[in-house]
Formats: sequence, structure tokens, C-alpha cells
Amino acid sequence: MDSKQLYQEVILDHNRKPRNWGKLEDASHRAEGLNPLCGDHIWVTLKVDGDKVEGLAFEGQSCAICKASASMMTTNVKGKTIPEIEQLIREFREMATGRLDVAREPNHLGRLSVFAGVKDLPARVKCAILPWHTLHAAFQRQASISTEGDADPMSLNAENR
Amino acid sequence: MSAVISPRALRPTVQAPFDLQRIRKDFPILELTVHGKPLAYLDNAASAQMPRQVLDRLIRYQTREHANVHRAVHTLSETATAAYEGARAKVQRFVNAREEREIVYTRGTTDAINLVMHGYGRAFLGEGDEVVVSQLEHHSNIVPWRMLCAEKGCKLRVIPCDDRGVLLLDEYARLLNARTRLVAVTHVSNALGTVNPMKQMIELAHACGVPVLVDGAQAVPHMPVDVQALDCDFYCFSGHKMCGPTGIGILYGKAEHLDRMQPYQGGGDMILSVTFEKTTYNAIPYKFEAGTPPIAAAVGLGATVDYLSAIGMDNIAAWEHELLAYATEQVGGLPGVRIFGTAPDKAAVLSFEVAGVHPHDVGTILNEEGVAVRTGHHCAQPVMQRFGVPATARASFSFYNTLDEVDQLVAGIRRVQKMFG
Repeated sequence: MDSKQLYQEVILDHNRKPRNWGKLEDASHRAEGLNPLCGDHIWVTLKVDGDKVEGLAFEGQSCAICKASASMMTTNVKGKTIPEIEQLIREFREMATGRLDVAREPNHLGRLSVFAGVKDLPARVKCAILPWHTLHAAFQRQASISTEGDADPMSLNAENR
Repeated sequence: MSAVISPRALRPTVQAPFDLQRIRKDFPILELTVHGKPLAYLDNAASAQMPRQVLDRLIRYQTREHANVHRAVHTLSETATAAYEGARAKVQRFVNAREEREIVYTRGTTDAINLVMHGYGRAFLGEGDEVVVSQLEHHSNIVPWRMLCAEKGCKLRVIPCDDRGVLLLDEYARLLNARTRLVAVTHVSNALGTVNPMKQMIELAHACGVPVLVDGAQAVPHMPVDVQALDCDFYCFSGHKMCGPTGIGILYGKAEHLDRMQPYQGGGDMILSVTFEKTTYNAIPYKFEAGTPPIAAAVGLGATVDYLSAIGMDNIAAWEHELLAYATEQVGGLPGVRIFGTAPDKAAVLSFEVAGVHPHDVGTILNEEGVAVRTGHHCAQPVMQRFGVPATARASFSFYNTLDEVDQLVAGIRRVQKMFG
């Protein structure tokens, strides 16, 4: 695929001006995500009331794909319930790894489908997934996750755990 | 009327000491296009491409000469053994080792370093002993020594470098002391391209009675290397970085060291209750070559050495120097581009950062322009830490690269800047 398809204006815009950038001081959940191969390193903080995410923020150092993915994640999940968000996390991961065809199969991803092209860039899939993986870790009360080793979202072991 | 000078006209006038176009025809893979663009393969420090002469040798070996080596009396086993041992002799001459038996086949540089860690380090180093490495090392020349330190209670000491990526020799001299048992240093930095003053560093170590292991993975493909002139104790390199096959590398070791070292791996399906026969053990290099070796790869490495020798390592070094000078001028001249590694003596490696753009985005977009570069920490995280960046983009050249490919890289970086501007 052509990188123009992935580096669309919406992604470049979220990279330039990330939404919900920073840390929530009164966070109820937080997690750190690390992609050691790239050096992507982000922190996600969120405030959960009941099972509803009232607010969330992220910050860190990362490539454009990761930063835009995190930024769009924050705008898309705010106000949703944890089960709804877990559904989005699953769908996002399946889209990025090529197991969900957003054009043909029903899904809730909406504008997040701009990341569909990442499936053709295997080396960049983890960049796009990292924020979602980190958010999932925060729900699980897991302080820190990595895209490598046992926690690798791309690993076959991830499916079998 | 003022003349408009194109960047192309500003190029240095290069008198190629060899026929570049003919050389390029030796490499079938260089004819590929990527995303409709001619491939500009600038990831040679990771792995270099293979010329037809080596490919042909592999096919000839596998179709007409293959059997297991050192095993049988039949014709093919003898042919295979002759080819395998013949390649060892070629490598010996290529790096000017004193004897053939000082050339040990390994899986690669990493394997060679691990062999020395196990066979020398674990046998002869103990608590409180010190191993000296440098800030510029690849992980493969750090991690084995960390493992040794953890096991034996040794200490790892690190030679620092300055902002150009040049090792501080005064600091190095101060690190050498009565507890120093080994210096393990890279000849050429894979992340920055710095060529370290190996001869001088080896002399300093030897003056303190300390042996030196040199990681030559990035040196052997790019310059003449003479292990006797260097007087190094160990020298490690990989076949695939010098246009040869993967899965084969070399440990050169002075016979006096290899002789007294412990074997790295037990061979064959030997039984635990039986001590290996002395004859299996005591002949070098075989005591380090347990199991069936990668015979075809070794034979291919022999052909690689022939190929490089025919071009001439001096010619290769000279042309790559031209490529580096031109690339440094063109890439370094782009606003917003920072080059890491500005040592006066450098191999053709250009590590850089485009302001405001993560190296992985740079790499993905350059790939769309047909330009293959490496992005990341280059298995040299301490180098990245020294320069305060998580990663860089790295263009690394080989003698088959052209000035046009440098232009293609520059055009690609301009596109990156436009997209992210």
C-alpha cells in the first residue's frame, strides 16, 4: 500500500495537535505502554465512574502512527462504558492485524478505520495498537505493558493465554 | 545572467577506481523496484546483498559437491571437505591470519563473541576481574559480557565517547588496571560509523598484559583488515554483512588462546557419561565446530572473499568514502536534519534525525520512495542513550551504491519534511 493511504490528513493532524494530551491528576486508572523496538513510550491516565470512562489523557514519546492512534482513541472512548470500550479495543486490534475487514464486516470503529491500512505495514502494527493495549492494561489494573515478550499483542501466545 | 547550479553539478568529481555499473550487474536484487521506484538499498550495515558469483557458487556446491564434511571416504564427502576447508584458507589469507587453524567457523559475529565469552571468559575470569567495552558497542558485544559478570562477579567497565562519537582514549587508558582481564571493542560502530583506532587501543591493552577481542562485523566488509598487523587476540565478523551468506561467521583467535580455551558446545550426540575423546578436543579449530557446520554457507563465504578481493578492499573503502562524503554533505545540508556520529574517521554509515518526525515514520515514508534504511536503536541502545534519542534513521552504504541513490534518499527526506511540515 501507499503510505499516503495511512498518513492521511486526519492522522497527520492528530500527530501535530494531539487531543487530550497530558496526565489526569485525579486518575482512577493508569498504565504505561512501551514498544521497545521503536522506542514508543506512552502513559494513559483515566477517570472511571462506575463502568463509565469520564475522562482520559495520554502523553509520551512516539511515532506519528502511535500518537495519532492514542489521540483518536481518547476522543472516541470518552463517555463510553468499559464493555463498549473493550469491544472497540478488540475491533481495533483485529482491524490492525487484518482479521477484521472494516469495509465488509459490521463494527463500531467509525473514523478509527483510517488505521485500516496499517495491516499492510507489519512493522508498524504495534505502533497503532500500543495505545489500545495500554488502555486495556489500565482497565486490568496492570501498571505497565510492553509490545514484546509475553505481552506481545501480535504473538501467537497472546491468542492462547 | 546568473547560472543556476543544480545539486547534481555540485557533486564531487569521482573517478571511480572500478566499474560501478558492471559491479551492480553482479547483484540481481538491485534490479528490483519497490512501490514502483528503483530500490535504493541503504541498509547494508544490517545485511548486504549477494553477488551472482556467490549465488552461483552456492548452487554449484549444492548441486555437485555436497555431502557431510570430515566424515566419509566417498568422493562427495571429500569434495565437500575440500571446499569447506578451502574456504577457511581463503578467509585466512583475506584477514592475514598466521595459520588456517586460527580461523573458526561460527554462526556469525554474535556467536563468535559468545564463543569467546564461554571458552575464554568463563574459563579464565573470576570475581573482581574486569572486562572493558566501549560506549559504541552493539548489544552483541555487551550482553555476553554482562552475562559473564553476573555469573562470575566480574565488573564491566565502559570507555566513554565524545559528542562526535569518538572514544576517549585517555579515559580508556585510565580504565586499564591490574584487574583488567579482557578488552572487547568494536572496530567500527554500527550505529554511528566511527572507526576506532584499533591498533593504538590494542597496544595500550597489551602494554598492560590484557588481550583484546575486536568486533569486526562492520569493518571487514568495508576496509582491508590485517589481524597480524593489528595484533588483536580475537577478531569476529559475519558473512552476510560482507555480501556472503547468513548463518556463517568467523572467529579469528591467536592459536595460543584457542588452544587453551574450553569448547563452546559439545558435539554430535555424545553421551553424558563419556568424556569426549582427547582427539575431538585438542585440535583447533575443530574443537569449536561441534555438529554438522553450515557447509554451503562456509563455501559461499570463500567465494565472497574471492569476489571482494578481486574488486580490492582499498577500492571498496575509497568508493564508500566518496559515497559517505557526498551523503554527509547532501543530507547534512538539509535544514532540520541532524547527523549523529561526526568522527573524523568514519565508515559509510549516516545516522540521522529529521526534526519533529519519529524515525519510524521517516523509514516508512522513505520505503515508499524505494529507499531502504534502518530505523530504531540499531541494537546499540547505549549509543542512543549517549545522544539522548530513542532511535535514529540510518543509511548505510556498500560499494555497489551510487550517488543517484544518495539523491533518492535526499528527495525522500524532503518528502518526509513536506508531509510533516
